Amino acid sequence: MAESKYVKSKIFFEEEFEEKLAEVPTDPKGPWPANDNLKIIGKPVSRIDGYDKVSGTAVYTFDINLPRMAQARILRSAVPHAKIKKIDTGKAESLPGVLGILSSNNAQEIKWFNTSSLFDTHLRYQGDEIACVVAESEAIALKALKLIKIEFDELPFTVDAKEAMGEKAPKIYDEGNIQGGKPFEYARGDVDKAFQEADAIVEDTFDTQVAIHNPTEVHCSVVNWDGDDLTVWDSTQAIYGVRDTVADALKMPASKVRIIKKYMGGGFGSKLECGKYTVMAALLARKIGRPVRIVVDRKEMNLAVGNRPNSVQKLKLAASKDGTLTAISHYSYGAIGGYEGGAGCSWPARQMYKCDNVKVEEYSVFTNTGPTRPFRAPGYPQGIFALDSAIDMLAEKIRMNPLEFRMKNNAEKHPMWNAPFTSKLLKEAYEQGAKAIGWDKRNNQPGADKGPVKKGMGMASQIWWGGGGPPSHAVLKLNRDGSARVIAGTQDLGTGTYTFMAQIVHEVLDIPMDKIEVILGDTAVGPYCPSSGGSTTAPSVSPAVRDAAENMKIKLLEAAAAQLESEKKNLVYVNGLISDTSNPEKKIDIPGLMGKMGEQTITTTGSREANPEGYITQTFGAQFAKVEVDTLTGKIKVNKIVAAHDIGRVLNRKTLDNQFHGGIMQGLSYALMEEQIVDINTGKVVNTNLHDYKIPIIADIPEIEVIIVSEADPMNSNTGVKGCGEPAIIPTAAAIANAVYNAIGVRIKSLPMTPDKVLMALNQA
Amino acid sequence: MKINLTVNHKNYSLQINSDLLLVDLLRDHIGLTGTKKGCEIGECGACTVIMNGKTVNSCLVLAVQADGAEITTIEGVANNGDLHPVQQAFLEHDAVHCGFCTPGMVLSAINLLNHNPNPTEFEIREAIAGNLCRCTGYQQIVEAIQSAADKSK
Ligand code: FES
Ligand code: FES
Repeated sequence: MAESKYVKSKIFFEEEFEEKLAEVPTDPKGPWPANDNLKIIGKPVSRIDGYDKVSGTAVYTFDINLPRMAQARILRSAVPHAKIKKIDTGKAESLPGVLGILSSNNAQEIKWFNTSSLFDTHLRYQGDEIACVVAESEAIALKALKLIKIEFDELPFTVDAKEAMGEKAPKIYDEGNIQGGKPFEYARGDVDKAFQEADAIVEDTFDTQVAIHNPTEVHCSVVNWDGDDLTVWDSTQAIYGVRDTVADALKMPASKVRIIKKYMGGGFGSKLECGKYTVMAALLARKIGRPVRIVVDRKEMNLAVGNRPNSVQKLKLAASKDGTLTAISHYSYGAIGGYEGGAGCSWPARQMYKCDNVKVEEYSVFTNTGPTRPFRAPGYPQGIFALDSAIDMLAEKIRMNPLEFRMKNNAEKHPMWNAPFTSKLLKEAYEQGAKAIGWDKRNNQPGADKGPVKKGMGMASQIWWGGGGPPSHAVLKLNRDGSARVIAGTQDLGTGTYTFMAQIVHEVLDIPMDKIEVILGDTAVGPYCPSSGGSTTAPSVSPAVRDAAENMKIKLLEAAAAQLESEKKNLVYVNGLISDTSNPEKKIDIPGLMGKMGEQTITTTGSREANPEGYITQTFGAQFAKVEVDTLTGKIKVNKIVAAHDIGRVLNRKTLDNQFHGGIMQGLSYALMEEQIVDINTGKVVNTNLHDYKIPIIADIPEIEVIIVSEADPMNSNTGVKGCGEPAIIPTAAAIANAVYNAIGVRIKSLPMTPDKVLMALNQA
Repeated sequence: MKINLTVNHKNYSLQINSDLLLVDLLRDHIGLTGTKKGCEIGECGACTVIMNGKTVNSCLVLAVQADGAEITTIEGVANNGDLHPVQQAFLEHDAVHCGFCTPGMVLSAINLLNHNPNPTEFEIREAIAGNLCRCTGYQQIVEAIQSAADKSK
């Protein structure tokens, strides 16, 4: 059996480092050769779950229908700030078909967030939970919600981070509205001195909007009690996270809670943690003795399940004449809503470029608005938008091509810890991306185009984590007929996890793809894998699957040695056939070998190996945009995006391209259209549906070219994979903003870059 | 009240409430959950079905309006396990990510090709402009529809 040991594993997850004690193999498998020398890894393989999805047979949590299932819905605060005095559910309870109601009147106290509870009587934003009704149908539940009478005292509110930071603002918490009472600070070098000595300085303020994830499948759960055992189907990116939150909330052993998620309609971070709705459904289901389905509708999605927070960023950068970036000062604040969260966006300023003097001060501010949740590279699209806009301004000031300026300030080692990277091909990304877009044809004189429609070209850099790490495990089972089942407690959000797991088993063992079954998304069967965020799924899970498959190969060789009465060292495994190099007569294939074992299955496990000590694994890239701006209407049209990235090894070219296109599209709409708008007079969200909250339709797509400059990162893991979901979105908005400047010669410093802002900026120029 | 309708070539006679939506009739009464709901107010297209030769957002159609109608849902498109050329093309071109928008997309595409076997790229974009996808970049979807059209020539 494969040996294992325990190590302290530190990986970067979404917004910070996490350290976990992790089981890792003691016999890490060596790296794979280049994809050209592999059979199926890196090839454009169709999704193995594609049939289910195109045929309509894929069952999502939203579709689960159990016998006697009741429906639950949530009553939410209609005002931004209030204290509940009384909840009268009498009328609602007497509505025929209503089965139960939970509120602060009758629910046990369950702690939620650091400072609050499942049904808090202090309502801190429009959308905060007040009560939950379960009924025979959704329609009855909705009707009952309207019959609940709430008496409350409205409190003064604040929905603007800047106002909320001020002395006179209404306090959401007694300790004040700045989370933790002070800013997050970081410094290296001597920024003041660097500014004094600088040849050129730029200083400006940038702002970005609140954006909502809006996956197409709304958040939902179906819960079912069987005695003391609770099964939850949840549309989630984190089956183990949901399991532990539910178990803790209900004070029951985690072993009695099973979370299942097979197919889900997207998440982008909004489904990374357990929602209150799941716990409410479980409480109600226990109360009424029936399965319960709970759905959060599109309006609630736009109020209460998280957002990418806004940011206001004051940046000051300095350079010397020769193009050395000598100082970055980054001051920012953003609104995190009524509960703990994070609005930080300074990671790019701290680590994108080599720069000896950096100072950061960032504030996460409580406001009476909806909560934050990690949204595809939390903090990075906003941080890179400001930083790379300022970088372009600085390059222009010292009359240097912005691409050359970035090349010159490329960090060979991690600028914060002076540690080497397992791999970094950012320069290659700059070069290949520039070539593909035709960078040498870029306007030298911004805004020089004649006529009202002006063309421009711009670029921006990308940095992110995405190296993954342990703990992450897989189980592989081989059946009598040579078919296999590979199991891991991970998730597929549409990202292609099902398919790459099968590809890896095929690559190692030559079992035909259609004989490999993949099981994931079930805490009752899967060995542990982390939640699917931070672009960590493929880099964490793929090496564990390969480890399990290689261990299976070792076992099969041992079994073949016994069966063929050969010496193990003489046996080779080629294309699913084991043969004895000393005697060509002796050979056996997998079904043949398995047939000798009766009906037993052989099982192996595999684990993700430890990350190398002292090294940093990150993803890098650059995106280039070609735009045209109509200076009469203010409309920006993106014609082309070239994305050149270092993401380690490509597992599947089809799902990779899909992931990149989707990320770039979200980046483009973040740049140009998406924005949650809150009316500062009422504290209410103005656009809570998909008509008013703009997400792109097919008419909005530009030409997209994806270039992967990396072959693999063999130091990081046995598959050399780095994640790509988040890198895709990070530089898009900044590249477009720089292209817009190049087109019109006027800089737009506020996202989204809507026509009104463009016209206003042109008028002021 | 009672209505009669044909769904995927099968006749149904159902007793329903007058405020029932077609999408809920399909999903809850007939059990065809391939038709999705993303918004319930006609914005996302996830609930697209073909009704009497036209695509409709089934969340905007009352079930009673479908009395006597002929309806095709995603479950009625494949033939005995063999995918429709549009479904096959979606699979091959990876026009699918999470798949939640896919049934609606596929039906919009099929209905386009039923009426216009040789669509231009612009016509393809027009035909699925009402179907939102939050995961893909749409490009693969356009390519899939184009290739399904080319193959059926
Ligand atoms: S559910 Fe019908 S259009 Fe969105
Ligand atoms: S594939 Fe997820 S919404 Fe289209």
